[in-house]
Amino acid sequence: MTQRRAAVLGGNRIPFARSNKQYAHTSNQDMLTSALDGLVARYGMAGERLGEVAGGAVLKHSKDINLTREAVLGSALDPHTPAFDIGQACATGLETVVSISHKVMHGQIESGIACGVDSASDAPIVVTEELRSILLDLSRAKSNGQRLKALTRLRPQHLAPQAPSTGEARTGMSMGEHQAISTAAWGISREDQDALAVESHRNLAAAWDRGFFDDLVTSYQGVSVDTNLRPDSTMEKLAELKPVFGRNLPEPATMTAGNSTPLTDGASAVLIGSDEYAAAHGLEPLAYFRDAEAAAVDFVHGGEGLLMAPTYAVPRLLARNGLTFADFDFFEIHEAFASTVLCHLAAWESEEFCRERLGLDGALGSIDRTKLNPNGSSLAAGHPFAATGGRIIATAAKHLKETGGTRALVSICAAGGQGLTAILEA
Amino acid sequence: MNDKYISLANGPLKKIVKTLGLPAPVPLRRFDPADSAHGYLSEPILVLGETAGADALSQLLLDNDFSVHRTPNPGLRYQAIIAAYDGLTHPDQLQDTTLAIGAALRQLTRCGRVITVADAGVVFPHTTDADPALNAVRNAVTGITRSLAHEMRAGSTANGIVLDGVQPTAPSAVAALWFLLSAKSAYVSGQFLTVSSDRGTTTSAAEFAATGQTGPLNGAVAVVTGAARGIGAEIARVLHRDGAQVYGVDVPQAGQALAQTMNSIGGVAIQLDITAEHAGQQIMERVGAPIDILIHNAGITRDKLLANMDESRWASAIAVNISSQLRINESITAATGWGQAPRVVSLASIAGLAGNRGQTNYSASKAGVVGMVAAAAEDFAARSGTINAVAPGFIETDMTAAMPMVPRELGRRLSSLQQGGKPRDVAEAIAFFVQPAAGGINGKTLRVCGQSLLGA
Repeated sequence: MTQRRAAVLGGNRIPFARSNKQYAHTSNQDMLTSALDGLVARYGMAGERLGEVAGGAVLKHSKDINLTREAVLGSALDPHTPAFDIGQACATGLETVVSISHKVMHGQIESGIACGVDSASDAPIVVTEELRSILLDLSRAKSNGQRLKALTRLRPQHLAPQAPSTGEARTGMSMGEHQAISTAAWGISREDQDALAVESHRNLAAAWDRGFFDDLVTSYQGVSVDTNLRPDSTMEKLAELKPVFGRNLPEPATMTAGNSTPLTDGASAVLIGSDEYAAAHGLEPLAYFRDAEAAAVDFVHGGEGLLMAPTYAVPRLLARNGLTFADFDFFEIHEAFASTVLCHLAAWESEEFCRERLGLDGALGSIDRTKLNPNGSSLAAGHPFAATGGRIIATAAKHLKETGGTRALVSICAAGGQGLTAILEA
Repeated sequence: MNDKYISLANGPLKKIVKTLGLPAPVPLRRFDPADSAHGYLSEPILVLGETAGADALSQLLLDNDFSVHRTPNPGLRYQAIIAAYDGLTHPDQLQDTTLAIGAALRQLTRCGRVITVADAGVVFPHTTDADPALNAVRNAVTGITRSLAHEMRAGSTANGIVLDGVQPTAPSAVAALWFLLSAKSAYVSGQFLTVSSDRGTTTSAAEFAATGQTGPLNGAVAVVTGAARGIGAEIARVLHRDGAQVYGVDVPQAGQALAQTMNSIGGVAIQLDITAEHAGQQIMERVGAPIDILIHNAGITRDKLLANMDESRWASAIAVNISSQLRINESITAATGWGQAPRVVSLASIAGLAGNRGQTNYSASKAGVVGMVAAAAEDFAARSGTINAVAPGFIETDMTAAMPMVPRELGRRLSSLQQGGKPRDVAEAIAFFVQPAAGGINGKTLRVCGQSLLGA
């Protein structure tokens, strides 16, 4: 069977908003439905049955077990459109793109939507393990005596609600603290981090100004531009911020709220289809999905940084496709923290790292900073975990089309020591 | 918003309203696609006048399964009175037909119609060698129609069809007749539809009112600006109802509402600022097909007394309400992006015709629209197309709902129908202009205002 190509036909997202602000009283399902509806309206797909919709959220209520399907049912799509949820932490959004693209490439479906959503505002709050155990025993109790016995175990401290955290389950450390270790290990300076953040804001603001997002974003709840964006961000302003991560390390702390992504609410969706589908619907492909590679590192015992997995995935992806950095017009590297990106770049430039950790003959190479995140990334836009993949893919695909480029590399780090990378090409 | 007075005046307060002689608006009859009578009524139509036009129109109505009377039957109610004045040469000839209308008025049903049909007069500054008496009688009919519209009660309207060198059965005169007869013209009163060419396809009363795949706009590509909400959203819905594939344009800030509106009609949302230099080009690219119908609906108000008017208020109202329309029309023409018989309708406003305190900028732009369509008519006719304007009066929208109570009530009651119109009423007039049958009406501005006293 000759393999078909999977085309990125378009994208849509709602403007990303900092948590507990404009979208504080909405839900993952409503945001995702709105992102889908914006995409449906952009391409006149109301009432259309698509092959499949893949989606997910990182912070997910237990009632949202069928989140994506519920969003499809609430959207203008034909209710006969199937959907499924997947999860790979911050790589969830990109993994939905991989999944839908592969189904198109294998001929299983003609068209599909890859999407993701996250709300750190409407986060699931759960009861303590103790209270949960008591409540379960209570529900299993058959006599009043048994019920009373269960209830007598209840203590006031059991009632404290448990909010989700960005802490790693196996280390108890927050992602920022993990990254601070890598930042220090790689000697990434405060100035370099702040400069990357300023560049991110500048690039995103320029993209908004020239109307780049007119056909990539649909307003939501009265918000029409990413609320985290600070077009007037400067090195001086960022320099005033106090470090928030790595303050217990021997090295000076460098990571601030300005060079780290804030908690963000948002949703994104990407329309993917075969060439036949595109032609039949009069859609011109923005780009094609070529390949993807995931990697994971042992950040618990293996001495590797939590967010360093993409450095392992990229060389494998390049090797499999016979490509080098020189073959790419630009690079979309998710800015979990400015220092994450800078660690990745430094790692690929390091002979030692590339030889010893990646098993290469020498340094993988350096990336021209003018080719990095040309339309800004998560530092400026914010990072609603599962929605970031869709934002990056749609942005990169449109940029590739607009600039007449041939190839873009996409890289996203994720909790659990994981990373997912992909190639888009013209 | 709901006009509570209408429901009170037709409900618990009906007697008081009558006793005190208060305004007595009635709920208007509006078009419903499910209506088996196609938006017309079941009562017969009274055709008055001893003219060739009267005979031809009677036959037309009979052919379309209407019941037609040439003299009133005292025991009956009529859905409409059609008064034919065509071919008259002197004002002395007006009397019989006009008094006959008067005698039959009490037999007109609720939400009935009076439609006058007359030849077009010429008015200064047209150079003409027209006979003064001939021109007098022709213009006299407009006076009769307008005054009669003021006298109509219970949701009835009076309008005129003006024949500018065409027969009463010219395709667009027929289409105008169906429009004025039907519920689609609910909020049009005291107005004239001037037919100046034999262009257009002849349509039956039922075809005129058909919807969906048998609708008059089936297969047409229609672009509506400002389509997210209010009147624009309603225009999009009505064009879709009549068969068009709709592309809705609005600013990115209105994206969520635009997406909802477009998804409800299987349309396509295009987010862009129509004042951008390349807006026309972008619209053509996104549509990707020849544009058959373009509705310039997007508009803004930036009210200030002229003494306090600043540059940004002035400039933005002009840019959005008129300059963008000129530029988009030009760019589509330059790119040969129009369909076979393009139809353009622009939104004017009675503020543009009458002027309004605090609205020099808005009135300039809306009066500009009237001038634009008049001047562009010839150019569009050369492409077998038309360009017209619709001037809404007081329409019940979010914008008018936000008005202070007294001006809002005045806006509603200071019209012959004594109520505000609905976005649907504006949309119906636009959908009429863009029908293939209306190809003989070009360069004109139709008021949809319930014969508002403003600028009348």
